[in-house]
Amino acid sequence: MLTPVVDDDGTPFWEYAARGELRVQACAEPGCGELRFPPRPCCPHCHSFAAEWRRMSGRGRIWSYVIPHPPLLPDYAAQAPYNVIVVELAEAPRIRLVGNLVAGPDARLDSVARERIRIGARVQVVFPREPKELEEGAVRPPRWTLERS
Amino acid sequence: MAGTRTAGLKDATAIVGIGQTAFAKRLPESEKALACRAVLAALDDAGISPAEVDALASYTMEETDEVELAKAVGFGDLSFFSKVGFGGGGSCATVAHLAAAVATGQATVGVAWRSRKRGSGPRPWRNTAVQLPTPAQWTRPFGLLRPVDEIAMLTRRYLYEYGATRDHLFNVALACRNRANQNPAAIMYERPLTREMYMTSRWISEPLCLFDNCLETDGALACVVVSAERARDCRRRPVYVHSAAQGLPAQHHGMVNYWNDDPLTGPAWTAARHLWKHADLTPEDVDVAQIYDAFTSLVPLSLEGYGFCGRGEGGAFTEGGALEIGGRLPLNTGGGGLSEAYVHGFNLVTEGVRQLRGTSTAQVPDAATCLVTAGEGVPTSALLLRN
Ligand SMILES: [Zn+2]
Repeated sequence: MLTPVVDDDGTPFWEYAARGELRVQACAEPGCGELRFPPRPCCPHCHSFAAEWRRMSGRGRIWSYVIPHPPLLPDYAAQAPYNVIVVELAEAPRIRLVGNLVAGPDARLDSVARERIRIGARVQVVFPREPKELEEGAVRPPRWTLERS
Repeated sequence: MAGTRTAGLKDATAIVGIGQTAFAKRLPESEKALACRAVLAALDDAGISPAEVDALASYTMEETDEVELAKAVGFGDLSFFSKVGFGGGGSCATVAHLAAAVATGQATVGVAWRSRKRGSGPRPWRNTAVQLPTPAQWTRPFGLLRPVDEIAMLTRRYLYEYGATRDHLFNVALACRNRANQNPAAIMYERPLTREMYMTSRWISEPLCLFDNCLETDGALACVVVSAERARDCRRRPVYVHSAAQGLPAQHHGMVNYWNDDPLTGPAWTAARHLWKHADLTPEDVDVAQIYDAFTSLVPLSLEGYGFCGRGEGGAFTEGGALEIGGRLPLNTGGGGLSEAYVHGFNLVTEGVRQLRGTSTAQVPDAATCLVTAGEGVPTSALLLRN
C-alpha cells in the first residue's frame, strides 16, 4: 500500500494520526482561527503564519464516493473493487477528508458492502491498530466506519 | 499592428497553419520525431519557413524541449518561448501565450505543439515514487490513484446534487463517437458506439465506465500563430484568436478539488469570465465547440462554466441530440479526446481551426465562431476563434 509522501505542512497531521488523533490545521491568530485543509504555510484569510492543530470529533458525513476497478497498483487491485470516500466533518462541513469506509479499524478496503455506501451517511473516524508499537514513522491513515443509527 | 489600438488580443493574431501525425495506440517513431513532423506539417500548411519561427509554446509535460526541436527543424533565432503547466489545462494557453507574444511585438511567427506517446508509453499514475502534486498525501494512500478516480469523485457528487444521469454522460460519449465515425484520422473511425455497449461496459471507477474515459494515444500536433496582418498573406483562410483566457480560481485544488466552498465550480468559470469579458460575442453566438473531454463528465461541467446553460443544467443540456451536428451546440467534431485521439487536447485546437476553414470531416454549415477549451478540473485555458 502507498504510504503518504508527507511535506513539511502535512507532517503534524500524520504525527497526530499515528497517536489516533484527528486534528486539522487552524489559524492561531486571535480573532481569526479559521480551519484550513490541506495544511499550508499561512492563513489565506488573515495571512498569519501562526497555526495550531485542532482536535476534531471524528464524526462526519459521506460527501461523495467512488469504487475503483483495475487496472490499479497491485496492493489496491488485490482489494478491488473497493471504496474511496470523501467525508465532510461534522463541526466543519467544508473541511473534507479523503478516506475509506471500512467494517473495522484493520479491515480491508472492500469490507463494507457497496450497497451500504451512500452520500449523506454518518461516519466515525477510526485508526488502524496495526502496527501496535508507535514506531518511528508509523503511519495510521484515518479510516471511517458507519455510525450506528 | 498599426493604428491606435492598445495592446489588446482581440483579433490581433490568427492561426494560419495546423499539422499533425497519424494517431494510433502505438507509433514506431520517438516523441521527438513526431514533434518535428507535426511542426513541419503545420509550417508547410501555413506556407512559412521554419527559419522564420521566433516563438514557441508548449506544455510543461512536453518532453521534446525547445533546443531539441529548434535544432532539428531549423528554426531561426527564438525571442519568446513559454511552457504552460497542468497537463491538458494548458492546451489553449499555448496559443494564448503566442498570441500575446505576437500582439505585443515579442515575436512574429509562433509555433505551439504537443507530442505524446501516451498510448504505448507509461501511465503517469503508475509511478509510485514520484508524487509531485502536494495533495497526493491526502488522496493516494487511500486508493484514489488515477485521474479517473479523482474526477469520478466529483462526478458522483455532481450526479447527486443535480439529478444528472449516466445517460447524460452517454450523450457526450456518443456525440464524440459519431463525429469520430466521420473522421478517417480518428482512432475510433470504424467503431460505432451504442447505448447498450455503454451501459454494459466495464467500470473503471464507478460512476465512470470505460466509455467515459478518453483514449490512450500516440501522436503529435502543432499550429502556427502570426499577426492578423501577416495572416492575410498566408495560403490558408486565417482563423483569428478573438479572445483567450487562462483560469485558476481562488482556493482551487486541481483534480482533487474537494477542499473549497464550492467544488463543482471549477476553472472553466474563471476562464469564461475573462474570455467573454474581452469578446464581442456571447455563448449564443458560438456555432461549434471543442470541449476538453478527458472524461465525459467534464463536458456538462464546462457547458455550465462557459455559460451555455445554468448551474446544474449541463446534464439536461445534452438531451435531444444537442451535441450532434444540427443540434444546439455541435461539439468535438473530430471525435475529441474520447474518440479521435487524446493528445492533451491539442486536437481540439486544430479541429476548431478546421471548422472555421470549412474543412472539417463533420463540418457545421457556415461555422463562424468556435469555442475551444482546455481541461476542466485543472488550471485551464480557452480560446474563442472566429473566421
Ligand atoms: Zn487567519
